[in-house]
Amino acid sequence: MNENTETFELEALQKRDRAVFAQVLDQNSDRIYRLGLKMLGNVQDAEDILQETFIKAFNNIDQFEGRSKISTWLYRIAVNESLMLLRKRKGNTIQLDAPLETDEGDLIPRQIVDWCCLPEKELMNTETRDHIQEAVKTLSDANRAAFILRDVEGLSTQETAEALDISESAVKVRLMRARMQLREELTAFFAGKMIKETL
Amino acid sequence: MTHEHDLTCQNIIENLNAYIDGELDDVLCTEIEAHIQSCPDCRIVVNTLKKTIELCKNADSETSLPAETRHRLFAKLNLEDYDKKD
Repeated sequence: MNENTETFELEALQKRDRAVFAQVLDQNSDRIYRLGLKMLGNVQDAEDILQETFIKAFNNIDQFEGRSKISTWLYRIAVNESLMLLRKRKGNTIQLDAPLETDEGDLIPRQIVDWCCLPEKELMNTETRDHIQEAVKTLSDANRAAFILRDVEGLSTQETAEALDISESAVKVRLMRARMQLREELTAFFAGKMIKETL
Repeated sequence: MTHEHDLTCQNIIENLNAYIDGELDDVLCTEIEAHIQSCPDCRIVVNTLKKTIELCKNADSETSLPAETRHRLFAKLNLEDYDKKD
């Protein structure tokens, strides 16, 4: 999933060379589509985000100075577009740099069940995949964005911070909350399966 | 959870992210591993957290851009002549 080979000429890109634009599309469209799908949960919205991201990127290519990877810059646009769409739907404001909630209760493990011993076919079948997708949807928008970029797309903490325009320490807190919440969700899911098997 | 080592279970939770991401110094890492060896609850939390991340990553690994969506993207950007046909 790490498609981090960025082979294009920056100068040609900034001169709006169509062949280089096409190359950037080729190298980045899968990852931006995946991000949209995970952030918004359906293929139509993911396609809208994909198109909007590249339209904005190419219209504002002079703002890309090559200090970060172009994929990080594209992720940043895509995350902002996704949040704008979610904001429109929810009718409220989502701010990635909003103060972090102070409740530490969500970091305390509540369920201690060892489900790692389940067979691989149980751990990764269609039902489990569907459950994971639903579980990711339950994360807050800000925590979900950090989790997708860092753990699913494999960006470094620094790249995730750049893409979300927040500090690295804020990324780490959001990531921890997301990971722990997903662990609780999956533990409840697999514990239920283990109980069924013993009946 | 048990408390047999210098580190408490709370210390483990506080350092869990950094431990899993390999960002801790060797001394703290060794202390955490010693705690995990003797604390079944922390061991389960660490293992299930690692597995959670792995499953979430793998659950998404097969997602790629559908061909039709790709064609529409290239068309939208007036780059049809660079679009690889199926």
